[in-house]
Amino acid sequence: MAAGKELDPTEYIGHHLTHDAVPFIGNGGFWTIHVDSLVVAVLLGFVGIGLIWWVVRGATSGVPNKRQAFIEVLFAFVDDQARGIFRHGDRNKFIAPAALTVFVWVLLMNAMDFLPVDIIALGTHHISEHGFRIVPTADVNTTFALALTVWFLMLYFSVAAKGWGGWMHELFCTPFGGKLFPLNILFNAIEYLSKPLSHSLRLYGNMYAGELIFLLLWTWAATGLVGTLFGSVFGLLWAIFHILIVGLQAYIFMMLTIVYLSMAHEHH
Amino acid sequence: MNINFTLFAQAIVFTAFIWFTIKFVWPPLLRAIEARQKQIADGLAAAEQGKKSLEVSSKQADQAIQEARARAAEIIAQAEKRDAQMVEAAKVAAKAEGDREKAAAKADIQQEAQRAREQLREQVAALAVAGAEKILRREVDAKAHAELLDGIKKQL
Repeated sequence: MAAGKELDPTEYIGHHLTHDAVPFIGNGGFWTIHVDSLVVAVLLGFVGIGLIWWVVRGATSGVPNKRQAFIEVLFAFVDDQARGIFRHGDRNKFIAPAALTVFVWVLLMNAMDFLPVDIIALGTHHISEHGFRIVPTADVNTTFALALTVWFLMLYFSVAAKGWGGWMHELFCTPFGGKLFPLNILFNAIEYLSKPLSHSLRLYGNMYAGELIFLLLWTWAATGLVGTLFGSVFGLLWAIFHILIVGLQAYIFMMLTIVYLSMAHEHH
Repeated sequence: MNINFTLFAQAIVFTAFIWFTIKFVWPPLLRAIEARQKQIADGLAAAEQGKKSLEVSSKQADQAIQEARARAAEIIAQAEKRDAQMVEAAKVAAKAEGDREKAAAKADIQQEAQRAREQLREQVAALAVAGAEKILRREVDAKAHAELLDGIKKQL
């Protein structure tokens, strides 16, 4: 506990789950920014996308070096998923690169969960006394931001692919046919509502829960020698299991992005 | 779970990153990979072509060898035939030569025999005349009896 003063478990966990929230109009409310989520997310975006960009700038069509080969593996992985799902045009124009962005960025943001919170806090306490959360995807604002962006892209591609008339027809006349249009509207409204919710809350829930379990384990670790021993062992096990979750959630988030955007292109 | 302006900020950041990836990250790598795919495809096609032309040329080589062999056999056969002909011709020529020489020899022999006979006849005639002279010492006048002597010579 970096602050140096004794905290009970509730205070400890609450402290680590407090954002570095900075209100910029009045005393906050909606006009607040979670500086921690934003800064870490932007940094990781620059690191991840920037790294790929740096490698890609010197990409050769000849024999690739190991660095380029690694990026190409990543590229092929994302491209395979996009090819398997998106069959409505040139995936290189938007869907595949967008999926790559999502995957890399979300993976890196999720991976912040592996960093030991209390050691990081030694540094971040100099930035903010109240708290500094380093997992942007455990902030519902981040996951909603991504899901809503995808949602708006979905609306855009629905109109772009089918035209206003086509999209309206889809909203009113599918899946039960034109006669049951109130039912169709209800059905489609639920679908359009549930997509961003399930998209964002799945990721948020997984990362938040992962963070919480780490915090519980570290609370246990603070209770003496036996607690430290068990806390460390279980912390290691949870971290190893969490590697799976981090990768899987990033993968699922990417897949859903591709699926939603592909569905927007489909004609009914 | 408090929704606030962070959401918009993150959405803007997200959009910017997507734009960056679409603009600067995806296309160069795609180009590089596609160029390599094309190179590999071309290489495979060239290898296939090479294999095919190798097949063709080995077939051609086989054919050429076969032709050469047939030609050689033909030449050998011709040579043998020529050889036989030459031997035959030589034989014929030799025989003809032999025959000619034999005939010449025969003619020589005959001529010789004729000459010998003529000589012999003359000598016998001379001997007869000489004998008759001895017997008829005085009475034989060569001039007077020349006619007689010639007649005897001719009868011999």
